[in-house]
Amino acid sequence: MHTIPLKVTALFYLVGALAYLHFIFTLNERSAKVGRMLLLVGVILHGAGFVARYFAAGYTPITSLFESLSFSAFAIVCVFLAFELRYHLRVLGAFVAPLAFGFSVSAAFLPGEVRALAPALNSNWLPVHVILLFFGNAVFAVAFGAAVMYLLMERELKRKKLGAIFKRLPSLDVLDDINYRCLTIGFPLLTLGIITGSIWASFAWGSYWSWDPKEVWSLITWLLYAALLHGRMTVGWRGRKAAILSIVGFCAILFTFLGVNLLLPGLHTYTNLSG
Amino acid sequence: MSEIVIVGLNHRTAPVEVRERLAFPADTVGHALRGLRERDGISEGVILSTCNRVEVCVLSDVGYKGVEHVKEFLAGFHGVPVGELSDHLYHYLGEEAVRHLFRVSSSLDSMVLGEPQILGQVKDAYGYACEFKAIGPVLDKFFTKSFSVAKRVRTETRVANSAVSVSYAAVELAKKILGDLTDKVVMLIGAGEMCELAARHLLSAGAKGILVTNRTFERAVHLAEEFDGTAVRFEELGTHLKRADIILSSTGAPHFILMRKDVEAVIRIRRNRPMFFIDMAVPRDIDPDANEIDNVYVYDIDDLNNVIETNLEERQREAELAEEIVVAEVAGFRRWLDSQQVTPTIVSLRRKFDEVRQAEVAKALSALGEADPKTRKVVESLAASILNKVLHSPIASMKRETDGRSPMEMVTAVREIFDLPEEEEEGAPEAAERPPEQGGTVGRQ
Repeated sequence: MHTIPLKVTALFYLVGALAYLHFIFTLNERSAKVGRMLLLVGVILHGAGFVARYFAAGYTPITSLFESLSFSAFAIVCVFLAFELRYHLRVLGAFVAPLAFGFSVSAAFLPGEVRALAPALNSNWLPVHVILLFFGNAVFAVAFGAAVMYLLMERELKRKKLGAIFKRLPSLDVLDDINYRCLTIGFPLLTLGIITGSIWASFAWGSYWSWDPKEVWSLITWLLYAALLHGRMTVGWRGRKAAILSIVGFCAILFTFLGVNLLLPGLHTYTNLSG
Repeated sequence: MSEIVIVGLNHRTAPVEVRERLAFPADTVGHALRGLRERDGISEGVILSTCNRVEVCVLSDVGYKGVEHVKEFLAGFHGVPVGELSDHLYHYLGEEAVRHLFRVSSSLDSMVLGEPQILGQVKDAYGYACEFKAIGPVLDKFFTKSFSVAKRVRTETRVANSAVSVSYAAVELAKKILGDLTDKVVMLIGAGEMCELAARHLLSAGAKGILVTNRTFERAVHLAEEFDGTAVRFEELGTHLKRADIILSSTGAPHFILMRKDVEAVIRIRRNRPMFFIDMAVPRDIDPDANEIDNVYVYDIDDLNNVIETNLEERQREAELAEEIVVAEVAGFRRWLDSQQVTPTIVSLRRKFDEVRQAEVAKALSALGEADPKTRKVVESLAASILNKVLHSPIASMKRETDGRSPMEMVTAVREIFDLPEEEEEGAPEAAERPPEQGGTVGRQ
């Protein structure tokens, strides 16, 4: 029942992403406006879909891979729109919206029927733990977009061959600042997500930490971002170094989220391909 | 039939000595405009005089002859024989003149393509013409339209979007590297002219403060005073360098004054806050290898020139789009100009036929003798209705553009066929259709 609206939202994200891409090529302001409207409508539909599914299933619908991918897309668009509202960084849409489309369209091709909830998941900690982590991930996705933009821009400035990128991207300073803001928002979310997960684990499985692959990879991700935050605050890591670490961190997030589920079975394997 | 005429010269057709001789200083424009209007066959006039061009735009009531009148005026006013001028002067009539002014206002005819000053100069020229009452409805509409065309070119193309001078390129780069310049400090090493200019541009772009250093400390103090900045002894350059975000250098030193390791040390102290070095000295002052350090950007004069070169190429590409806008706008304005000529012809045509109608009705009624009112009414309405039906298609044809024929051709044909008088006072331009304010879009005819 949830698949049809999800396909529709994926379509909104796709056309939104195309509008932003059109904007970055032509710098036509109207395209950016259209892109923003499409993402906004898409995210509202998406949110309504979640609420409907919540009532149909009786639990927060973030338990299968289908639901997780779909929620990731939702969170990324929410966070992007919030950043756009705050910083007016329209070009970011061309980097982030395709990511949201990618997540939502992959979800749309997975089996999406509502299933009975596994006993361990039947807890009030589920929404707290998962929503914190997913919004944290979404903030890091925006940081990833800004980091890619930073590296592209820096490369042009260092090579002194200024072309299309120079004209289209914001200043290095702004991109680095976005990266830092994302870190200061995303890191607490990630930390709280892991802590709440740990508390929940003690209720569900009897121990706070059981070195399950997902937990190990979450820790690796956390350590990467902790190192970046520490380096920024104490040594003054910024610019290129910070951008590269931000990209590495996001790859770790993707692996923790998808790679672990698909490749390394463990306690957290509720979200494999079969749903 | 009246025609817009532009006669002038510019940086391409005349050397600076000739341009100087023909220039109209601001205090002579009023007198010149009066002189221009007094000439036969010239009903409206505007004089544009800048350091790169002198152009006289008039509404000539004598068609092509207007060109000669303006040439004589130019020669007479400046006391230069016409023969001497002819080689340098160009002239445009009608649609060509419209196109020319639209291109000039949009800075497509400027020495530096897309430079913004020219629009202000055209507006000043228009302002003088208004002040001295030299302008009438046609040129008024023509010039205000040229402003809106220039605005359209500016908003719809990127013809003026990139820096094409060294100092503007420096500002543009500084903004892209450092973002907002309001909290950034500029350091001037040496006292090269180009560095000073770049420093001025950086300050007007918002940079917070300026440090000046020079081998001769007095010179540094003098310059610092000029910029409201702080002078620093050359020997203390190393200790003050960490305060600077943008460093402009142009000393006469034969070797690098800042080596890569110096810059590395400074950036570490700055905790990687980015630094932008602009090295305008030849031989260079700053070790180009410093560019490889993270968060350090070193541009020398060749790099800046390359940036300008790329920007100029981009402007050239954008200019092609701008030319399309101009073409569409010229067509729109031409239609308005034509409509100015159509209305008096229609009035004239109607009047001529009305006279015939009245005469014939009177004749018919007198032949009928004592006809009853109903018969009279029938005769009158018969004549009126025949007149309306006969006139309907020539009038419609004049208003309409068909098969690539302009309304003007129809107007000329109708005037000849019906032998209409040349001058017609009625049918004021106000009655005619106004030109489209926003003009046509690209490609629309």
